[in-house]
Amino acid sequence: MKISVQSGPFDLNEEVAALYVGRPAVGAVASFLGLVRDVNEGDGVNTLTLEHYPGMTEKALTAIVEEAQQRWSLLGTTVIHRIGTLHPTDPIVLVAVAAAHRGEAFAACEFIMDYLKTRAPFWKKETTPDGERWVDARVSDDKAAGRWQAD
Amino acid sequence: MKLRLLYFARLRERFGLGSEHLDVPDNVRDLDGLLAWLRQRGPVWAEELAEGRPYRVAVNQDMAGPDTPLGEGDEVAIFPPVTGG
Repeated sequence: MKISVQSGPFDLNEEVAALYVGRPAVGAVASFLGLVRDVNEGDGVNTLTLEHYPGMTEKALTAIVEEAQQRWSLLGTTVIHRIGTLHPTDPIVLVAVAAAHRGEAFAACEFIMDYLKTRAPFWKKETTPDGERWVDARVSDDKAAGRWQAD
Repeated sequence: MKLRLLYFARLRERFGLGSEHLDVPDNVRDLDGLLAWLRQRGPVWAEELAEGRPYRVAVNQDMAGPDTPLGEGDEVAIFPPVTGG
């Protein structure tokens, strides 16, 4: 498991390769890359600044990956989340999951993203032409995370 | 009881501080008690920490509820719902 909260960029190819090169049991790697958009709720976004809770953020991400490992048979997981000030088209988050087959890799990747959105302490502030504002949490994110709960 | 308080994002800006050391009275035993005590500090505290407002609390870096007991030296963080990813 690799968990990193960092201000600098990351290399998608390098991170994905690290999950399978020299590891012939890996048959699938699913990766998700989250990017800064130039529009949110109808307004232009110039910059996005991410704040986190040092210590708890890493702990929460580790707990989410551990839960994914209990649900699916995984052969490796990388979660990288950037902090600080970013601009449209900048990558914010990478989740990459290695498994023997695609089903587990796809499912675990989506699960980790859904839980990260609702459980990992990060907060976004955006600057728009009208000034700065904190981004509100979305009900749709809670619903997405809720899909993984047993009925 | 001595506690370390942390505030993040919008709440950090509203309260005008990111962290502080507090010595709370003996009748503060759990999170509910601490929140009630913090609301007495002024209008901004009363408004932001009113019941029904969207904020979350972690004790020693684990999400916590009103009944969560507090102990000497605990780290209590108060923050808005998270918006990462």
